[in-house]
Amino acid sequence: MGYPHEPHPNETILLSRYFGDADARSYKGWTKRGGYKALEKALGMERSEVTEVVKESGLRGRGGAGFPTGLKWAFMPEKNSKPHYLCCNADESEPGTFKDREIMRWTPHALIEGCAIAQYAISAEITYIYIRGEFTEPLKIMQEALDEAYAKGVLGNNAMGTGNKLDMYIHRGAGAYICGEETAMMNSIEGKRGNPRIKPPFPAAYGVFGMPTTINNVETLVAVPHIVLEGAEWYKAMSLSNPKSTGTKLYSVCGHVKQPGNYEVTMGFPLGELVHELAGGMRDGRTLKACIPGGSSVPILNKEETESCLLDYEGCVEKGTMLGSGGVIVFDDSADMVYQIMRLARFYAHESCAQCTQCREGTAWTTRILERILAGKGAMKDLDLLLNLADQMTGKTICVLSDSCAAPVVSGIEKFRDEFAAYINGKREPVMVQD
Amino acid sequence: MKDTAEYQPVFIGEPRERLDETLKKYPTKQAGLLPALWIVQEERGWISDEAIAETAQVLRLTAAYVKGVVTFYTMYHRHPVGENFVQICTTTPCNLCGAEGVVEAFLRETGCESLGATSPDGKFTVFEVECLGACGFATPVLINDDFLEDVTADKIPAIVKKYRDGTSG
Repeated sequence: MGYPHEPHPNETILLSRYFGDADARSYKGWTKRGGYKALEKALGMERSEVTEVVKESGLRGRGGAGFPTGLKWAFMPEKNSKPHYLCCNADESEPGTFKDREIMRWTPHALIEGCAIAQYAISAEITYIYIRGEFTEPLKIMQEALDEAYAKGVLGNNAMGTGNKLDMYIHRGAGAYICGEETAMMNSIEGKRGNPRIKPPFPAAYGVFGMPTTINNVETLVAVPHIVLEGAEWYKAMSLSNPKSTGTKLYSVCGHVKQPGNYEVTMGFPLGELVHELAGGMRDGRTLKACIPGGSSVPILNKEETESCLLDYEGCVEKGTMLGSGGVIVFDDSADMVYQIMRLARFYAHESCAQCTQCREGTAWTTRILERILAGKGAMKDLDLLLNLADQMTGKTICVLSDSCAAPVVSGIEKFRDEFAAYINGKREPVMVQD
Repeated sequence: MKDTAEYQPVFIGEPRERLDETLKKYPTKQAGLLPALWIVQEERGWISDEAIAETAQVLRLTAAYVKGVVTFYTMYHRHPVGENFVQICTTTPCNLCGAEGVVEAFLRETGCESLGATSPDGKFTVFEVECLGACGFATPVLINDDFLEDVTADKIPAIVKKYRDGTSG
């Protein structure tokens, strides 16, 4: 629901039902609301059956890449002597995204249940929930919920009395955006610098501690119990458009809207309605200028594209962007696009792990060139230079951080060229001092 | 940075027990490094060269390796910081909602000369950070372990007073 606002009638509320309901945080409160029934059911099924129903449901990863979840689980090898691991990605660091934080704050047991089912399906005895270090409140709430789940016998050597061993631990991050990238996350759990690894080998073959591993996002995992309980057909039916995108998705709407918050709608929901209706629309006297629909790493949409975009994996691609993590950043006509794009570039320059030259140098130089333009010292050829740099930064590195820096720059120059030109031609007052 | 006082080991008594308990969660000692560094920071407020050497010894790693890891992660302090460590998000969504005004107000109210500097009374260190993951509650500010939402420039005198007087808890 539109937490912290009242639910909107056009929302389809599944994962966010108990946002704001502190009573749902405890084991008692959670079971009273039907919690752990799905885990009980899953533990009574064959492991392959659990994977099959998730595969059939069409659930795709909610962290950004949109990879089919059931298929990812099916990549895990048959259980042999090697331990298997599940890593839950709760490193939510993508600018514009704040859904996993609310899931953990309000429904920690929903996440434990989702992890436990996934863990069972892939024959893993241990789950590491990787929570970013800045999330002090979710860290505390999740730890309390885990302690309770152990005390009630949900987890441990005899989980739910079924003889299955399910252990779950929190691993606290320490301030690094890149650890949200799955291979960097595994390195971080192993006590290393969070540098992404070259793939292949893929995590299902060689993951954390060199063992078969699956990494899933928080929102993906909390959808699993609903699918196990209600079935794949029921989940698939929750889609307004393409059968390739199913279920509900949480959108974190932020920036220049009246009611920023998390809104849950079915796949295929119109982005324009999300921004103008559910999130309360623009502030008084302001009009929409641009929108980033999937977290800061995806291309920017202009007003027309925003108002005609359908929110699912295919709908976003059609508009030249991506659904990403569902972090919807809204810009009204007061926004200085050049400055905000510089801020995004600065973010990526700060967060680059610096392994790959294209990223380490590219993100830093992109930022400096944008700062130069903002200082009134740019030239029109700087725009070509930025595009050339962006080209060198796309598809050439170990992970996609560098591509993510290029995306807003390329789409920004393409769609808001006049604003760049105004700084360069001296028609706009410089806003930065460059030494 | 070196610790100027005579170094007292961190991993004795209760902190050592806490570390040993944590190590049971992982198949390798090395995996205990991030949690071990958190324990050091909780106990000492920052991570000195001496603490790096001690952590390395406890986990059977080299000091150079541990230093490499410490410097990768921005939340580990390599210098002593003020009594209250203030982290303000200024990434795009918060920036659109006035985060830079929040930073200016914090610097003014705390008396910190610049970002990263500690105030003359030793009470505050103010930092600009990238996305805190609470963009719908702009501007989020993390003071020590307290996560503040919807902070606007006008609220800062009261917030700073509360933390300066130590009445935050």
